[in-house]
Amino acid sequence: MSDQPGLLEIIGTAGARPAPGSSDVVVEATDVHKWFGRNEVLKGVSLTVRRGEVVVICGPSGSGKTTFIRCINHLEKIQAGRILVNGHTIGYRERDGKLIEDRDASIARQRREIGMVFQRFNLFPHQTALGNIIEAPVHVLGIPEEEAKTMGRALLARVGLGTKEAAYPAQLSGGQQQRVAIARALAMKPSLMLFDEPTSALDPEMIGEVLAVMKELAAEGMTMILVSHEMGFAREVATRVVMMDEGQIVEVAPPGEFFSHPTSERTRAFLSKIL
Amino acid sequence: MAVGGWRVLATLPLAALMLAGCSGSGSYIYDWSIFVDAVVRPDGLILTGVWLTLIISVVAQMIGVLLGVFSALGRTARLLPLRVLAGLYVWLFRGTPLLVQLTFFFFGLSVAKIYTWPPIELFGLSISGEIQAGVFALGVNEGAYMSEIVRAGILAVDRGQLEAARSLGMTYRLAMLRVVLPQAARVIIPPLGNEFNNMLKTTSLLVVLGNVPELYVTFSRKNGSGPTSFHPFELFLAAAVWYLLLTTIWSLAQARIERRLSQGDRRDEDRGLLDRLLGTGGKPDARTRGVR
Repeated sequence: MSDQPGLLEIIGTAGARPAPGSSDVVVEATDVHKWFGRNEVLKGVSLTVRRGEVVVICGPSGSGKTTFIRCINHLEKIQAGRILVNGHTIGYRERDGKLIEDRDASIARQRREIGMVFQRFNLFPHQTALGNIIEAPVHVLGIPEEEAKTMGRALLARVGLGTKEAAYPAQLSGGQQQRVAIARALAMKPSLMLFDEPTSALDPEMIGEVLAVMKELAAEGMTMILVSHEMGFAREVATRVVMMDEGQIVEVAPPGEFFSHPTSERTRAFLSKIL
Repeated sequence: MAVGGWRVLATLPLAALMLAGCSGSGSYIYDWSIFVDAVVRPDGLILTGVWLTLIISVVAQMIGVLLGVFSALGRTARLLPLRVLAGLYVWLFRGTPLLVQLTFFFFGLSVAKIYTWPPIELFGLSISGEIQAGVFALGVNEGAYMSEIVRAGILAVDRGQLEAARSLGMTYRLAMLRVVLPQAARVIIPPLGNEFNNMLKTTSLLVVLGNVPELYVTFSRKNGSGPTSFHPFELFLAAAVWYLLLTTIWSLAQARIERRLSQGDRRDEDRGLLDRLLGTGGKPDARTRGVR
């Protein structure tokens, strides 16, 4: 595999340096609050993620980790606080000290640079694997179809699905579908990748093939935030591990510390259950 | 003129019956040669009727589908006025008889001089006001039914599809157009086929407008003139055969369309022609097999 071009080389963002003067902070969430009706699911979440970091968020179900990651590309609205992605407030504009939701088109533009991978893959079932990958590059970015196909084929080959470009999602296994979904997100040349429990819906023997692709992506320097219970992956690949509970971040630490000397009682209890 | 015309047409079969009843033998005698002729050796009028029925149905159905898609999007829109407008449209046109809509749009508007339906020249053909009003009323009525069908189709698409499309930077409109509606189409096509089948036959209601050379109207007229006068049942049975021919061809076309749309759907399997029309396969439809 080492003689193949890297994933980021294929999409042409490998080694891309941020514009001079821009900060290397990719995500800056400050005191984010969110309610579902009367239920407060995020109670002041703050987190800063720098370029090239791999941050794994874990915590019990209902802790708000999935809601939080969905707020980062504005799939969920927030009621207080703010989230900056590459220096821009995501989903909102500030006017007279108040946050006003952005127009549809500008939210869409902001989302182009944020890749999202879902638990249930969410591939487009009416399109082939290659069709899924080129859909947004062609229709959102306006890349010529042939060019997009060349990139799409290279991405498919790189995630080990070179022979599956004409297959429809229903003809692929879960692990294969998730690898197509990662390739689809990468084809938009994102500067940030979000993974919402990417391996939770997979059979055990397929988890490895998806994690392998994610590891490569991390090794190439992609900035990644993932909600996951894959503690092995977190230990090996993450730069920091975040523990969430009841809508709050209770612990943030590099994996070495996080797993060997967790400071919070809640983290210790959680780790003792899942490790 | 037109008003008088439809009244005469509507009473013709009845008059024919009474005449037949008075003519000696006391029972109606079928002249099957009239039926066979109208089926096997259709004259120009009948063929025109077939074409016009088909064209009116297709155009009205297209109007219906467009109105259905727009009003379904309206009913799922964020803006309240759009939702109310779309809801009112469906409520009104699904809740009143097509016959009322048809007569109101043509006679009601023209007698009050609100719109008199002047003929339109299109591709060198003159399209009469009756046809325009008929296509309009059929299309607008159909749109109200299609609206519910399209809405059900949109709701049947998994929410994750819209989220995935939006996450890739698509606007709501593009996501609907490229991701949600194509998937909704698969759910919409079978009931749409039903609707078009209905439409092919519902065009016969245009008989109330009089001057429309549609199939049913054509056969009504044959009953009122020439050697085929006063043979309503042979003629209407022949009309039924022609309608059956149209709906049969449509059933086959629909099966092809459904097969093309089900690309990527593993459950779909090939079924023979007879099986498709009459269900002779002896097995339940592949799609529902797992459900039973």
